[in-house]
Amino acid sequence: MLRKIAVPVVACIVFLAFWEFLVWANGWPNYVMASPSDLPAAYTKFWNLFLVMGWQTLWRTVLGLLIAIVFGVFLGMIMGFSRTMRDALYPLLVGFNAIPKATVVPIVALMFVGAHDFNTVLIAFMISFFPIAVSVSIGLSTLEPEYRDILRSLGASQATIFWKIALPKTLPEFFGALKVAVTLAFIGTNLMEIVSPHGRGLGALFDSGKTNSDYPLMFAVLIALAFLGIVLYYVVVALEKIFAGWAERPQG
Amino acid sequence: MSEALIDIRGVRHAYRTASGPLPVLDGLDVSVPEGGFVAVVGPSGCGKSTLTRLIAGLMKPDEGEVWLHGSRVTSPRSTVGMAFQNPVLLEWRSILKNVLLPLEIVPTKLSKADGEARARHLLKLVGLEGFEDKRPSELSGGMRQRASLCRALIHQPEVLILDEPFGALDAFTREDLWQIMHALKAEEPFTGVLITHDLRESIFLADRVVVLSGRPARTQYVLDVNFKGPRDIDHLYTPEAAEMLNTLRHQIEIAQGRTEAGHAA
Repeated sequence: MLRKIAVPVVACIVFLAFWEFLVWANGWPNYVMASPSDLPAAYTKFWNLFLVMGWQTLWRTVLGLLIAIVFGVFLGMIMGFSRTMRDALYPLLVGFNAIPKATVVPIVALMFVGAHDFNTVLIAFMISFFPIAVSVSIGLSTLEPEYRDILRSLGASQATIFWKIALPKTLPEFFGALKVAVTLAFIGTNLMEIVSPHGRGLGALFDSGKTNSDYPLMFAVLIALAFLGIVLYYVVVALEKIFAGWAERPQG
Repeated sequence: MSEALIDIRGVRHAYRTASGPLPVLDGLDVSVPEGGFVAVVGPSGCGKSTLTRLIAGLMKPDEGEVWLHGSRVTSPRSTVGMAFQNPVLLEWRSILKNVLLPLEIVPTKLSKADGEARARHLLKLVGLEGFEDKRPSELSGGMRQRASLCRALIHQPEVLILDEPFGALDAFTREDLWQIMHALKAEEPFTGVLITHDLRESIFLADRVVVLSGRPARTQYVLDVNFKGPRDIDHLYTPEAAEMLNTLRHQIEIAQGRTEAGHAA
């Protein structure tokens, strides 16, 4: 247990030390690259902004992610159970996913002008539902026929087969995709916050750092984003342990 | 002989494939009396598994009829238990909960406590006492297959369909499971259909062996197994067993088209 916490913490410290060393050794001024030792000053100066805006970023990301889960699972179910729907929807999905979301951001910002929260949640959702839909559909469509037969031969309905077998069996793939989706949702939220001028969230704080040439602030925002990303990621890991812990093989 | 519990009459079936229909069964007749145990052997790919799906009502034949206990099979029914080569246990459930799965689906007279007691009893019969709360991933292949047999029997099915259930196991584990099958048969009044490609297994477990011809399959040969007294592995090394195995081997060769003999097409 101690090892589990100590290893990642030491890894983070080594990383920060290396960063500090790199800046020091190259003699970079902080408008090229701020060093970790510049960051505490930025945090103490703007701590209330970090709290308020960090919260704004967090709740919009989580909301976008939740919608992505509902929609992604629904889409994955449709594609997992119907070959026709799979053939019909895959090219559309892949095409949609191939569009860089940075190009969609200004479009959405214009389409729903002024609806900042809505826009941000929308982008977070759009960028993160794809891996969820694909993993659920693959999980369902690759269910071995014997699993189905075991229940079907007893006269079970499709719904029963889904709840008793297909859904739980897909959970490990689902959580794998959710880990990817969590970080994607953060990227989506921040894209919107940076591009759309509404002054909310960590993205806006980053933007104001840029405008005021406050380089340590910009780096501090990046680190705060990374921190939030890590926190959400481990929330997903904890949920995975609870709901799909059975899929983890004992080590050794 | 008592009335047939499973009666398969003149069944024909073809799968629709991209390159036209692929006939797998062509004039199949199999009948199993109540309490009987029939083994079906034949060359690989001859439609043996299709046969199990027909009996289970998972698919309908193009032609011919499948009767179960005096009524025609058109859809799945809860009086059937199945076990496959792959034990398909649910990894997220304990062994006990896996065995109890059918009771969550079929209408049962058993109360929850009685069902659980029955599951524990079956697990004890197959030598899995003490493993009730383990996960399938903690068990060996042979143990998983035993649990899968318990699951197939928990709802007291009339018919037990076994589709090469011991095919993936090593020889010693397989012989263990053969004996366990006899122990189960002594306690549970099921009628059995066993698909296998192991001739020794067929004569050790069944009281009748049906040989199917190559694809498209029809009934080519029927052998009645008459060992005296309760069976044990030693029986497989007697002259009468050798003779039966020889006959079956010869029939399989005919089915594979290697020998021109009998009425092989």
